[in-house]
Amino acid sequence: MSTSKKEFVKGLITTNPVFVLLLGLCPALAVSTSIDNALGMTLAVFIVLLGANVIIAAIRGIVPSITRIPIFIVIIATLVTLVNLLFNAFLPDLHATLGIYLPLVVVNCIVLGRAEAFASKNPMVRSIADALGMTVGFMIAMLMISFIRQMLGTGEMSVFGFHIFSLPVLIDSPMAIFILPPGGFLIMGLLLALLRWKGVLKL
Amino acid sequence: MNELIVIFLSMALINNIILVRYLGLCPFLGVSRELKPAFSMGMAVTFVMFVASLSTWVINHYILIPFDIQYMFIIVFILVIASLVQVIELFIKKTNFSLYSAFGIYLPLITTNCAVLGVTIINMMESYTLLGSLVSALGSGLGFTLVMTMMAGIREKLELADAPRSMKGAPIALITATLLGLAFFGFSGIV
Repeated sequence: MSTSKKEFVKGLITTNPVFVLLLGLCPALAVSTSIDNALGMTLAVFIVLLGANVIIAAIRGIVPSITRIPIFIVIIATLVTLVNLLFNAFLPDLHATLGIYLPLVVVNCIVLGRAEAFASKNPMVRSIADALGMTVGFMIAMLMISFIRQMLGTGEMSVFGFHIFSLPVLIDSPMAIFILPPGGFLIMGLLLALLRWKGVLKL
Repeated sequence: MNELIVIFLSMALINNIILVRYLGLCPFLGVSRELKPAFSMGMAVTFVMFVASLSTWVINHYILIPFDIQYMFIIVFILVIASLVQVIELFIKKTNFSLYSAFGIYLPLITTNCAVLGVTIINMMESYTLLGSLVSALGSGLGFTLVMTMMAGIREKLELADAPRSMKGAPIALITATLLGLAFFGFSGIV
């Protein structure tokens, strides 16, 4: 069990998919304009990553290595289709805001990367731990980016409609640049530099 | 005709695939260190986008829509793009080896490039005509090439710049992308 715990913890910081591996940057920047969207994207990535790791760990013995990549892609694409339909049915607002980025989870490097690098070589329990760790790592990164962007870009913080706080000056004249595309690059760059400077991430 | 020009400009500049839609960031950060590979990669992406848009449009209108199985688009599109890339790779390897050695190595990377799948999905969601899809693919691809080469040109100089240790590499590249993105905002007045 201790090895599973290790696989879980490594995803949080030492091999954080977004900050260290620089994978899955497209969704990390595109939908991190508010905490709601960030959590919605995390949910989608969680379902797909867990499903893909479980299925691929289960069939890893019978998949011929020469055709493994197409097989993985079909499995992942099936899961993404399911998530796309589920979100469309039960969370239509979120489905509309995530737009093309929800179908694009299929080419998210985190999912295929973990399937290829981890689940195709490791037993089920450790693959589940890896998927959970990667998801929590992705969520931490998404929450950090979207918290800053939403706070500076709109001047107030609200999660799922609950108002938490608003900043005195920014609420009247928010710095809209932070929820526009260049703001995402800026926050990501500064956050990465800060984490390296503080020694959280190794250079 | 006017509509096609609008599609082209909007895909290439106003909604630039890298700077505004955040697609294809992996090659943007990975390959954009030197001018020549960045340009070759851009051209390879443009070509694949064009062919992929053509084939996914045909498949969408003659298979998915008549049989009412549009919910299958994710699986179908990704498989079409993946096999297309394989065929193109084999084809240019056999027919034109100098072309293959120039950008053949980037072709496998393109399979999982979100920019290519992204453009085909955008074409489907915006329900462009066949001509519109092709123009949009061309615009996105050239926009991608433009930003890749600009970024590579800047990064060649950036390697020599005296940036703080923790800013070197990806962080400074992202901040450069911020400035490029701000500059591209100027284009939003065109249309």
